[in-house]
Amino acid sequence: MFYRESGQFKKTYAADMAVFPILQDRIGIAIILFVAAVIIPLFGSTFFISSVMIPFLVFSLAAMGLNIVTGYTGLISLGTGAFMGVGAFACYKLTTIFPNVNIIIWILASGFFSAAIGALFGLPSLRIKGFYLAVATLAAQFFLEWCFVRIPWLYNYSASGAIQVPQRTLFDLPITGANATPVTRYLVLLGIVVFLTWIASNILHGRIGRTFMAVRDMDIAAELMGIRLLPAKLMAFALSSFYCGVAGAVMMFLWYGGGEAADAFNIRQSFNILFMVIIGGLGSLIGCYFGAALLSAVPLILKFGFPAMGIAIGSQTAEHINHLFVGSLIIFFLIVEPHGLARLWQIMKQKLRTWPFPY
Amino acid sequence: MKPQQQIETGATLLNVENVSLRFGGVKAITDVSFDIRKGEVRAIIGPNGAGKTSMLNVINGFYHPQDGRITYRGATRSKMRPHVAASQGIARTFQNVALFKGMTTLDNIMVGRTLKMRKSFFWQLFRHGPAMAEEIEHRKFVEEIIDFLEIEHIRKVPVGKLPYGLQKRVELGRALAMEPELLLLDEPMAGMNLEEKEDMCRFILDTKEQYGTTIALIEHDMGVVMDLSDRVVVLEYGIKIADGTPDEVKANQKVIDAYLGVAH
Repeated sequence: MFYRESGQFKKTYAADMAVFPILQDRIGIAIILFVAAVIIPLFGSTFFISSVMIPFLVFSLAAMGLNIVTGYTGLISLGTGAFMGVGAFACYKLTTIFPNVNIIIWILASGFFSAAIGALFGLPSLRIKGFYLAVATLAAQFFLEWCFVRIPWLYNYSASGAIQVPQRTLFDLPITGANATPVTRYLVLLGIVVFLTWIASNILHGRIGRTFMAVRDMDIAAELMGIRLLPAKLMAFALSSFYCGVAGAVMMFLWYGGGEAADAFNIRQSFNILFMVIIGGLGSLIGCYFGAALLSAVPLILKFGFPAMGIAIGSQTAEHINHLFVGSLIIFFLIVEPHGLARLWQIMKQKLRTWPFPY
Repeated sequence: MKPQQQIETGATLLNVENVSLRFGGVKAITDVSFDIRKGEVRAIIGPNGAGKTSMLNVINGFYHPQDGRITYRGATRSKMRPHVAASQGIARTFQNVALFKGMTTLDNIMVGRTLKMRKSFFWQLFRHGPAMAEEIEHRKFVEEIIDFLEIEHIRKVPVGKLPYGLQKRVELGRALAMEPELLLLDEPMAGMNLEEKEDMCRFILDTKEQYGTTIALIEHDMGVVMDLSDRVVVLEYGIKIADGTPDEVKANQKVIDAYLGVAH
């Protein structure tokens, strides 16, 4: 009833081409941003912010990265975890070599290292597609994972092989390291994620995004329209890896606060993010958030929700139920709605537009 | 884009000389020569498997012939590259619709403008300023094509959901968005009913009239071919058996034999 576009006439092409052409959508986004930036930091508990919101935002960013290459360009990548790792290590090395440069700059810059590696491993994509490409990116995953463990230079020769996140400040406020409060880390992360989402939306709504989708939908036709496939695919890989790299850097620096990178960026992480993208919706930015929310919330609900309701459930059992749940969810979505939660969201919006009439 | 010299109407736009194309032992095209003049509708006809589509693929660089030369706009080459062909103004549609199914009609046609869009990656990041101005400018052009093809009502519909006839029309629009000098149409009327065929004929003739596009056309509907085209080339088993005006071709005994069979 309130979600109507009647009476909203677009008088310019710019208004028609806006990302949110409908007023209600713009209001909705403003409310979400307000809640995320003001309400949650003010009223959210430490637990909620550090264990729910921060993982959710990190995974959203990583899912966005994977969605650019898999959802928009149609190239399956199983190297997401490794590309995230590249970002984390790049950020770690950069900030230990140049400690005086602001950490936020290094977090964003680490994406470029990841982008370069991603483009390198994207090279086979010109010749191979589908499963074979997935296997090629799997090689990237295993090779890079090996590097993370076997090249001590990457973790500054620490005995445990773990990254120790140093304290870095912004305007004398610690934003990484042990002294950073969850709220500051959350706000920094939110800023990065919102900024990068905006950039991604700009890219994907413009010429480059159309190029990606053309390559995905019909590569022969795209080629004959003058799109060169190799640059387009490499660009998709680079862009995707950039996002994954930044996600990996913020994961290490703003969420984990250090740890064994080889564990955090292993093949299971790659699959986890792939599932988020599939469940959220291939080729949809909002789907990344849906998928990340669902898959990062489910383990938490199982782990903390049931005990809170008085149902005793062991952490082992919770883990197993989690696996069962995610597995069945994926099968469910592949059968019922291959376009994921994002499509359900669209259908719901369509229904809302016409409610209370059926059409 | 570097300025291209204008080719006068009636002068040779594309010249195919002694082109042969083999796939292993299969001879798809053998020693075929013909030319396409600026501003004409040139039909390529022949029975199934005659090598018509292969010929189009050779022209826009998707297949590379083993022998022969192609002269386009005065530049001779033994093979084209698809993106070079596209940037020099050769556009095409496909026999079995090859649209970008997940994208809207508008986006599909906008893809046709890709080569004309020059603004750098940097501006694309922000979708403001020059990038947005460029986007709007091309949107205007695309809207003209949408107007021209009478597909306003499906502007924002994903093309995968459209009926076949409209998909073909969108595909023509996507090719037109490239502002082609030479438009290759591969069976634009296949599988259409009479009304849709008539519409399509009208669009093809209007395209020629309004945009001055040269058209190479593959079609099986002889009525359409004879009405639309200025000159016809006939292929059979990869060999050229006739070339001339529709009337000449119609009277050619070899062509009649190819289509109707010979009594032995």
